[in-house]
Amino acid sequence: MYTLTSLTKTYSQPKRTVTALNGVDLTIPDGQLVAIQGPTGGGKSTLLQMLGALDRPTSGSIALRGDDLSTLGEAKLATIRASEIGFVFQGFNLIPTLTALENVEMALVPAGVSAQERVHRATQALESVGLGERATHLPNELSGGQQQRVAIARALVKNPKVLLADEPTGNLDEQTRDEIMDLLEGLWRDQNLTVVIVTHDSAVAKRAERRLRIANGTISELA
Amino acid sequence: MFGTYLRRELIGRRKQTIIIAIGMALAIALVIIVNSVSAGVRNAQTTVLQSVYGVGTDITVSQAATPPTEGGTDGPGQRFDFGADAGATTDGSTTVATSRLEAGRGTTTFAASDLDKVTALQGVSGAAGTLALTNTTFDGELPDFSQMQAPGATGSDSGTGTDSGTGTDTGTAPQGGADGAGGSSFNVDSFTVLGLDPAADAVGPLSAVTLTDGRGLEASDTGTDNAVLDATYATANDLATGDTFDIGGTTFTVVGIVGATGSDAETASNVYIPLDRAQAISGLTDQISTISVQASSSTEIAAVKAAIEKDLPDATVSTQEDLASSVSGSLSSASGLVSSLGTWLSIIVLAAAFLIAILFTISGVSRRTREFGTLKAIGWSNRRIVGQVAGESVVQSLIGGAVGVAVGLLGVVVVNLFAPTLTASASASAGGGMPGGAPGAAGSGGGSGAGDAAANLPAGGFGGGQAAASTTDVVLNAPVTPLIIVIAVALAVVGGLLAGAIGGWRASRLRPAEALRSVG
Ligand SMILES: Nc1ncnc2c1ncn2[C@@H]1O[C@H](COP(=O)(O)OP(=O)(O)O)[C@@H](O)[C@H]1O
Ligand SMILES: [Mg+2]
Repeated sequence: MYTLTSLTKTYSQPKRTVTALNGVDLTIPDGQLVAIQGPTGGGKSTLLQMLGALDRPTSGSIALRGDDLSTLGEAKLATIRASEIGFVFQGFNLIPTLTALENVEMALVPAGVSAQERVHRATQALESVGLGERATHLPNELSGGQQQRVAIARALVKNPKVLLADEPTGNLDEQTRDEIMDLLEGLWRDQNLTVVIVTHDSAVAKRAERRLRIANGTISELA
Repeated sequence: MFGTYLRRELIGRRKQTIIIAIGMALAIALVIIVNSVSAGVRNAQTTVLQSVYGVGTDITVSQAATPPTEGGTDGPGQRFDFGADAGATTDGSTTVATSRLEAGRGTTTFAASDLDKVTALQGVSGAAGTLALTNTTFDGELPDFSQMQAPGATGSDSGTGTDSGTGTDTGTAPQGGADGAGGSSFNVDSFTVLGLDPAADAVGPLSAVTLTDGRGLEASDTGTDNAVLDATYATANDLATGDTFDIGGTTFTVVGIVGATGSDAETASNVYIPLDRAQAISGLTDQISTISVQASSSTEIAAVKAAIEKDLPDATVSTQEDLASSVSGSLSSASGLVSSLGTWLSIIVLAAAFLIAILFTISGVSRRTREFGTLKAIGWSNRRIVGQVAGESVVQSLIGGAVGVAVGLLGVVVVNLFAPTLTASASASAGGGMPGGAPGAAGSGGGSGAGDAAANLPAGGFGGGQAAASTTDVVLNAPVTPLIIVIAVALAVVGGLLAGAIGGWRASRLRPAEALRSVG
């Protein structure tokens, strides 16, 4: 799915240059469930943004199937994000003024899906995360776990190839964390997704097929 | 989704929507009210000007008055000479009644041939010459001259009066004889007479009047002693169509009565008579005092004005615009107020509303950094996000615009409900208006020394009823044109687009990765 070659990302600041990723070589095969661990500031989020086509590397290359994400233009990257990549965030990042259903629909807008089809698919996606009853609720009327389920539905409604999750259970209690992980694992199995989860939590990381660790911008495999 | 998202944002972020909309509404309402009121004031000004100068008169040509030489006897001043045999004498006192037609005060006449020069100019579609005159009648009783010879008379020579003409006659009243005889009474009456070419009725003062009775002057009236009266003057003097009255010793027949169109204003003159008769009776042969010029198109006016000034170097050439500045009174103050204060106020409030919309949109975008970052992460393009932000601001401004149009229209209705009455006076001889009295230099001083004791001349000499200064009450009616509503709505859209473009630009510059980093 992904091939990263000497991927380096530096952030230039007025006083100093921070190297968030330093010559990362990594291959992620299709359908793998990967957990990434490591200390804060180690470069986990930066790597996830590279994988998610949200930012371009400073040097090196990153290929998503045939597409070299390091050279594509912004418009093409937006198209790839719209069709192939689903994102789940630690803070849920739902749009507060929109209902659960509308939040899920937002992910289908760039693909130009018709309104009717959008509602149909968004409703299905909400049902698949167990929130069919809550379609018309606003985010602040939902619990943290429920909000994260809406976010997962939003990430998956477009049937992406990859699901990227940055500390998806970081804001949740243990029981909810396990429910969310059960959900993600189930979806991963059912939909033949490639899933990359960044986490601090060993309980989460243990459920992955493969565990990686990033510290000081360099990556290493954990047993 | 664009619509749903937009609606949800506007409702969900109600405070921002309301503030932007209120700012825009205030500005738009002000623009409508100011525009409407100034259009009303302009209309009123046009009404006043038309009542004086006529409809369609683009340029008037007159000649600046040269101040009369003091005590001059051949000036346009009022002077009565009674011959020894003037009037009828009964029982030792003499009854005199005399009537003179002379150039109006402050009016300088010039050769009628100038009219031909103007007519011949390129860009002139019509021109008419008029002669503004004042008719003064003086009638009363003079005491027996012989009584004045009574001993003890303090001086028949003191009756020379004053030359100043600036006030009431201050001539020392000669004391009559022992019996106090010498008292006598005089009536001084004056009205304005405008001589005009009855054939040229398309241009000039009479083009702005409405016939209320009888008929207007027609080409066939040339050379006849027919007159048309101003309705106000006719009423005040109890004259009706068919009546006769005296102008400069000639008996005229009233053939029609006219009133100002569109206002209860007085018309330019009290009396209108054929130009040739006016010239003949006043002795101003082949003289006129004003030329009314119509340009073939409004774009020609400046060129025509320049051409006339070149051909007639002594002339004062005024365009409607110049004339508008001759309108004084509360109308003129209103006009000044509306055009300066009103315009600046609308510009300032409009700028403030735009600034409010821009600042609130930018701060809204900043607050929604994470939201836009998330949208980018799930595949929204920059264009779509910019469009969303711009759409929100335009709709916010349009809501404000709609409220503003409603409030503005309400404001205009209120203005029209109160319908303030504006008073305006326009001096007919543009720029030539002389301060009262000056031309009356000859005053009564030239009068017979005998018995002007009780001659109580009006302040400022004769011609108190100068129609040259026509005062008009105009009720302000502020019109609303569909165009101004379109402009107002367009302004709201522009404000919204401006705010949206700036806000959208800010949103598009957010790098999605950074946007997501603001995650707590
Ligand atoms: N936009 C940025 N500008 C400057 N420095 C950044 C930026 N993003 C990340 N960094 C720096 O890069 C390093 C890696 O950050 P990050 O990938 O967020 O780490 P993690 O997610 O593992 O905590 C950190 O030192 C961080 O301060
Ligand atoms: Mg991180």
